[in-house]
Amino acid sequence: MKVLVTGIAGAIGQLVARRLVADGHEVLGLDRRPWYHPPEGVRVFQHDIRKRPAEDVFRTQRPDALIHMATVTHLTHSSQDRYRINLGGTRAVFQHCDTYGVKQAIFVGRHTYYGAGPDSPMYHTEDEPPMAVHSFPELSDLVAADLYGGSALWRYPELATAVLRICYTLGPLRQGTLASFLGNKRVPAVLGFDPLFQFIHELDAANAIVTALRNKLRGVYNVAGPPPVPLSIIVRESGRSLLPLPESILARMMGHFGLPALPRGALAHVKYPVVIDDAQFRAATGFVPEFDEDETIAAFVRGPDAGD
Amino acid sequence: MIPPSLIPLPTNPEIAARVEAIELPFSRHGVDPYGIDKKELAKAYTILEWFYRKYFDITVYGADNVPPRGRAMLVGNHSGGWAIDGIMTIASMFFEKNPPRLAQGMVERFLQKVPFFAWFSNRVGQFAGLPEHCIRLLNDDRLLLVFPEGARGTAKLFRERDSLVGFGTGFVRLALQTKTPIVPFAFIGGGEAIPTVTNLYRLRKFFGVPYIPVTPYGIALPLPVSLQILYGEPIVLEGSPTDTDEVIARHVERVKERIADLIGQGRALRERQIEADELQLGGSGSGQ
Repeated sequence: MKVLVTGIAGAIGQLVARRLVADGHEVLGLDRRPWYHPPEGVRVFQHDIRKRPAEDVFRTQRPDALIHMATVTHLTHSSQDRYRINLGGTRAVFQHCDTYGVKQAIFVGRHTYYGAGPDSPMYHTEDEPPMAVHSFPELSDLVAADLYGGSALWRYPELATAVLRICYTLGPLRQGTLASFLGNKRVPAVLGFDPLFQFIHELDAANAIVTALRNKLRGVYNVAGPPPVPLSIIVRESGRSLLPLPESILARMMGHFGLPALPRGALAHVKYPVVIDDAQFRAATGFVPEFDEDETIAAFVRGPDAGD
Repeated sequence: MIPPSLIPLPTNPEIAARVEAIELPFSRHGVDPYGIDKKELAKAYTILEWFYRKYFDITVYGADNVPPRGRAMLVGNHSGGWAIDGIMTIASMFFEKNPPRLAQGMVERFLQKVPFFAWFSNRVGQFAGLPEHCIRLLNDDRLLLVFPEGARGTAKLFRERDSLVGFGTGFVRLALQTKTPIVPFAFIGGGEAIPTVTNLYRLRKFFGVPYIPVTPYGIALPLPVSLQILYGEPIVLEGSPTDTDEVIARHVERVKERIADLIGQGRALRERQIEADELQLGGSGSGQ
């Protein structure tokens, strides 16, 4: 099968590409970032997904399937730019799928869709509305992109569309929200809160995406790894130490002292858990993560040079 | 409330061993999929033991009516101005059952915002009172603790202490949906432990709580009195969770009557009008 991966130069994008090649697929990549030495069997087109050359890739290459991973999470990105990529880009690639006869599409989304808050339940199911819009407005473009991806199910019934809401990824590449949060030796925390964190090994995340492709999934699915773990245990097991600060102080320190400049809503994700129920995905695909929570944390600690 | 994790509280090794016997899927880190932590449970039960055995004089009747495993819903009356009834009921399931069972209460949602409290309560299995949590825990074959009177129940004054205020109906629909047996229970003496003479409702905004109970001696610290917990035989409701409100109300009434009967027996026992061997906790009285 000819599979087009948008956002292929990202950490998980590269892992997905390698896994697809190993499964014998022909892989095409679209990304405005370069991937300097892609493995054999991967052809990367360095274009912006919203621009005409990207449409040309669909027109001339005629992929059978799309894996759409070109969404931006970095909260430091200017929000207008994010809206253009996350919403305009998603709309464009789904339209191209329809125009150029792509048979299958996978939208790779995030479990933060559900939002974190004192009154949000543990183990969200796919039918729950996106609380994140209210608790963390800076995530609303990602929520909207997720819902737009889901709308392809009725908008383009010929196209088998799957929306995956994947929990935080962790692993040797040390990319992503949780990895950067654990980046320093001292991990900031809100005093008096110790939420559960749900994470999946980077390789398992890539494997889950390819598994969804193989099963030609249609619908919205939560994707998770091992059972969630309290932040305090993650911090301890990764050889770091907690720096618990009262919320008001921590909020003021954001953007200083080496802490990322995060909006206030981000603190809710350090106070309350976002835990998803992945039973439907497991039932539909038989997916079982290869790495448990300890192996995943250990791989993160060993880092990219350990060769795993 | 300060979490045990912040202050080096002692753990009684016997209690830690008992925690090991709780049949929950704990991971290598001693944490279950909801974040319930064996170490925190051991610390909490170590403190609770003193209150359970020494401070209060607690007697439990009919603990065998609680199934040893599998889903069940403990449904009882509120007794006392704040959560001592729930806490001591949870303690009774740990100290009287073999193997011990963790009763999981449904905590007022506003408390989830309180630093430390949410942390601690979640580590010992007490989650925000959401229907989603109830359904999930029951489908996981846990033991749920429900007070259908809600906050109106803890607001009962001393003279109303053995009465029942209006029941919510959600617990019946949840029991029907998950096919869960309801174990009715009566908690007696909480009104004597915290003799509320009045509740302050005006300060609620300031303190972020629904009301503040006031006792003759001012603050609502519980007195060391004797307490009784009576567990009745499980009630298995037949019907559909989507039945009309009238049908559901009849189920609610049945459970409420059974609890009222248990309260009556418990009060009679407390006032020595009957002896313990005269208690009728079996199913014969249910639904009549």
